[in-house]
This record gives sequence, structure tokens and C-alpha cells, in this order.
Amino acid sequence: MAKITLDNLAHSYLPNPQGEQDFALKELNHDWVDGEAYALLGSSGCGKSTLLNIISGLLHPSQGRILFDDKDVTHAPTTERNIAQVFQFPVVYDTMSVRDNLAFPLRNRGADAAYVRDRVQQIAQMIGMEEMLNRKARGLTADAKQKISLGRGMVREDVNALLFDEPLTVIDPHMKWELRTQLKSLHHEFGHTMIYVTHDQTEALTFADKVVVMYDGRVVQMGTPQELFERPEHTFVGYFIGSPGMNVLDATVSGDKAVLNGTEIPLGQGFGALSGKVELGVRPEFTRLTNGDTGLPVTVKRIEDVGRHKIVRADFNGTEINVIAEEGSSIPADANRIVFDPAGINIYADSWRVAPLGGK
Amino acid sequence: MNKTVNQKAWFLILPVLVLVAFSAVIPLMTVVNYSVQDTFGNNQFFWAGIDWFREMMESERMWDALGRQIAFSAIILAIEIPLGIFVALNMPKRGFWASFCLVLMSLPLLIPWNVVGTIWQIFGRVDIGLLGYTLDAMGIDYNYTQNFYAAWVTVIVMDVWHWTSLVALLAYAGLQSIPDAYYQAAKIDQASRWAVFRFIELPKITGVLMIAILLRFMDSFMIYTEPFVVTGGGPGNSTTFLSIDLVKMALGQFDLGPAAAFSIMYYLVILLISYVFYTVMTNLDKRDGH
Repeated sequence: MAKITLDNLAHSYLPNPQGEQDFALKELNHDWVDGEAYALLGSSGCGKSTLLNIISGLLHPSQGRILFDDKDVTHAPTTERNIAQVFQFPVVYDTMSVRDNLAFPLRNRGADAAYVRDRVQQIAQMIGMEEMLNRKARGLTADAKQKISLGRGMVREDVNALLFDEPLTVIDPHMKWELRTQLKSLHHEFGHTMIYVTHDQTEALTFADKVVVMYDGRVVQMGTPQELFERPEHTFVGYFIGSPGMNVLDATVSGDKAVLNGTEIPLGQGFGALSGKVELGVRPEFTRLTNGDTGLPVTVKRIEDVGRHKIVRADFNGTEINVIAEEGSSIPADANRIVFDPAGINIYADSWRVAPLGGK
Repeated sequence: MNKTVNQKAWFLILPVLVLVAFSAVIPLMTVVNYSVQDTFGNNQFFWAGIDWFREMMESERMWDALGRQIAFSAIILAIEIPLGIFVALNMPKRGFWASFCLVLMSLPLLIPWNVVGTIWQIFGRVDIGLLGYTLDAMGIDYNYTQNFYAAWVTVIVMDVWHWTSLVALLAYAGLQSIPDAYYQAAKIDQASRWAVFRFIELPKITGVLMIAILLRFMDSFMIYTEPFVVTGGGPGNSTTFLSIDLVKMALGQFDLGPAAAFSIMYYLVILLISYVFYTVMTNLDKRDGH
């Protein structure tokens, strides 16, 4: 187990990157604290797998260093890093039995036979494959194969870090839940540093202590699920996390007031002079429909009842605004205004969050 | 669900039946016809029963040719399959050199059999051939027209030169279809190079390898042109393989009856061995299933 430090790290798949746009992974400085569970969250092609492969040594970065416990391993091969990694699609050794598959990483490191036997038994129990230990891995379902891959990843106790590259993509939904819970309990039990790549926010938010959101080769925010929800540092975090995501509206801000297409909104906090493209972000959870005289004038387009609450899709001057109405709350039939809870409003300049004066 | 029964559907296979009749059944029946009859010319035939078959079964000449044939096929398979895999493993995976190697590897496959024979016939000559002259100058006694070993080595090296590419290309195609994740996982698991080959690459190319073995076996078992051009079956009968012997018998001596019986037995042997291959291959597939 180790602390992993990324120092000035960047990667481009091109031999001679010209500008920032050529980098799949833009310059990055970051510490992964020993023993924490991280989720790397982002849409496809945002550089999360690139980052993971650099950490595991399958890819060598174009620039910067990577340190394990302050020891430079930038050019060390994968084997020296003592990392476990589970891939998106199951990798099993077809001709081996399930038992040999699980024992393979241990045997390659010359582990004691008795230890291997016990450890394999333990892992088999954890992934629920004790009965299948003696059969060949060939011909198993994708589910079962991926469980073997996960098991092979977890079988070594002394790894520096466990990396998961969207490991549950091929798994059945109910099994997903179960395996995720097992991974989490495994994390509590052994305290490995875990990095879990996913594009599924639920997976990220339930698995990790800290979620790292990536966008376009850049880490845009790192924080607890609550931080990501309440104070998205970037508009991408706002609309990528949450269902539906944050409403982002063009605005002009002066002092503690924002003006959206001629309508004035109180912000509750003051802001300094802003430059660039100014936007106001508010999560659907912090909005409410009314039929008074205050708030943004809107037209309600449709209402979706998703069980625990209703999602109202409203139109404000050509921009869609989503409102979440709690179950049981009534929506006025002639609702034509939306009001925002000032506590849930964030102001963005050029997509990045601006801290209010005197606040966080 | 009830299947519709309509016996008229059999007519649908009629075109295939006609084609196969003309391309295979009728010519084959001509051979069968010869194998059970004797002639003294003048297009007059007499019923001979299974005499020719009995004669061929007792013919030392046939058994010798069969022995040489099996030895030849076994040797070239033992060389070409491992060598082909080795070449495929060492070919570049992508980029300019990958295409370059592919083209280079395909070249021998594009050369007609008798040209291959001619190339090696000249290449190995002691007076004007580069190979023969060099070996001779080095003091090695090499003469494929007189020396048994020289003749065999020449014929085998020629076949290896001509056909290893096929095995290599098939194995290469199999290797290319292995996703990168397997190699990455192997690195993570600290697998040795040998383990990567044994547990990842070999299992993934078993299918194409079986096809390569089957193709090379059938082709080598029927080999005619190349050794005929190079050694003409000699020295003595030492490189007279089955089909060379067959042609000698049928066209050289015009022993149509024995040659026809010989053909049929030759055909049955290939059919039998191919059937065994087929069974083994389908069983491998079944093993995949469970």
C-alpha cells in the first residue's frame, strides 16, 4: 500500500504534441492518499483510462513523474510497481481452471503453496465461486469470467494499489450491486488504495470516499460526493452528476443580484466583478415552481413522475430548466414561475465556479 | 411447433448434386471402373474384381512410397508449425513494417509449384547454383541427384521455404485477434514470456493452427510437382512420394488398373486422416462450450 503522487503528469498519444489540444491527459498534480478509495468519473474519452494505465505502468507518460511513496517509478515496468488492475472486459486464462486462474498472480511471485491454497479459497468465497474452482475457465459466462478477473485482482494482499477500469460494465445489475458492496467491504478490511474508473455516477458515488471528475483530459474537481453535489467546481460536474443534472443559465451578475434575460434573481451572497462568460447554476433540487409574481417566467413543458419525486421540464426563453418536486408536493396548475433557493445557487465564469465574496 | 413436411424440398439440392456429379462423382467412378478391370488395349476391358487392390496391398513399392510420404509430411509439419508460430510471434504488430512483413511472407505463396521446383533445382546445383556451389566450396558433400540425404534435405527445405509463410500468416491472424487487455493483465500478473505464450497466445490460436495443420498435411501428402522437378523422385526411389509413384505407374507404365486401385486407396487414406482431424477439431469446439 502506498501513497501515489502525480507530479506535472501529462500524456499525449502523438509523438510531437503541439499544443494543449493534443494531450489526452493534461498537466496534472495530484496525491492519491494511501488507503483511500477513489472513483475516477467522466464520460468516454476524457482520459481516465489513460491516467489509470499510466499509474499501472502499461503506458509511459509524455511528461512529468509518478511517485509511489515518494519513490520515482515513472519508468519502472508494471511488474516492479506491484499493482493489481481489473479491466473492462473479462480477462481469464481459458485453459486454466478457475483455481489456477486465481492462483496465477501468486504463483508467478513464488508464493508458498499452502498460502496460495488458503488465499484462493478465501477469494473464491468472496466472489462466490467456491463450487466452480475445479472447472475450466473456458466457456463460463461473462459475469463469471469478470468475477474471476476481479478475484485475480484482489488475490494479492501486498499490492500498492488496486485499479479498476470500468470492471462492472459486463455484469448483471443485481450482481453489480453485490460486487460493489464486496469491493467496498474489502476496502474497509484491507485498506488498499483503490482507484475505480467509471462513467456511471451511481457507481462512483456509492463506491468512493473521494470522487475525481475528469473532463476533456483534465481533473475538474475532486471531492466527496456531497461536495460534488453542493458545490460543483465546473459546470461539467454540475450536469454530469445528478439526475437530472444542474441547470446552467446565462446570466449577468452584479453584487448580490443576477439578471437572467431581464429577470432579477437574488443570490444571497455578493460577487466581485466577473469576466468571461458568466453562468448561473442551480440544481433541480433547489428550485420550486410557483405562480406568484417573483421568479423566472417559464412555461411548463411536461412532468415526469419517477416515483420518489416528479421532474418538471420547463422552458425559459428557449432553455430547458428542470425542477424536482418532492412527492406529495402539489404543482400549481397555472404554475408560470420558478424560484431558486439562494443556498443552491453557484456562479460560473468561463465554466469554472466563482467563490462568493467572503464565502467558500 | 410442428415442422412442415414437404418431400419436394429435396429437389432444391438437385443443382448441387448435378455439379458435384460432374466435378467429382463421375471422374471418380471412372477411376473405380478402371480399378476393377483389366485391359490389353483396344478399349477392351475384362472384369478383374479386387485383384488390383490385393496386388497393391502386397506391393512393397506402394508401402515404401507410403512410408516416405508419411515421413515427409511428419517432418515438414514438425518444422513448419513451430517455425511459423515463431515467425508470427516476432512479426511487428502494426505500422509500416507489419505490412512489409506480410507482403514479404506472402511472396513464396504466390509462386507456382513448378517454378518453386525450378528455383530450387537450379539453386542447389553444384555447378551453377548458389547454394550447391557454396556448399561444395565449403567442402560439404552436397549433391541432391546422387546423395540420399542431400535430396531429402533439399526437398524438405524447399517445402519449408514455400509453405512456412502460410502457417505464419494464419498464426499471425490469430495473434492479432487477441485483445491488448490480455497482455496487460499478464503484465499485471507478472506472467513470464513463456506463460504468456502458453496460457494466452497458444490457446487463442489453437483454432487457426488446426486449420494450418490440416491444410499443410493434405497439401504435403499430395505433393507432386516440386520434388518431381527437383529430384524426379531420386536418387533411386528415395524421394518418390505417393503421387510421384502414382503418376509413374499410371502414365509411365500405363498400368491403369493398379494405378486406379492405388488412387482409390490414396484417396481413402487422405479422407480418413482428414476425418480424424475434423473430429478432433469439433471436439475442441465442444470443449469450448462446456
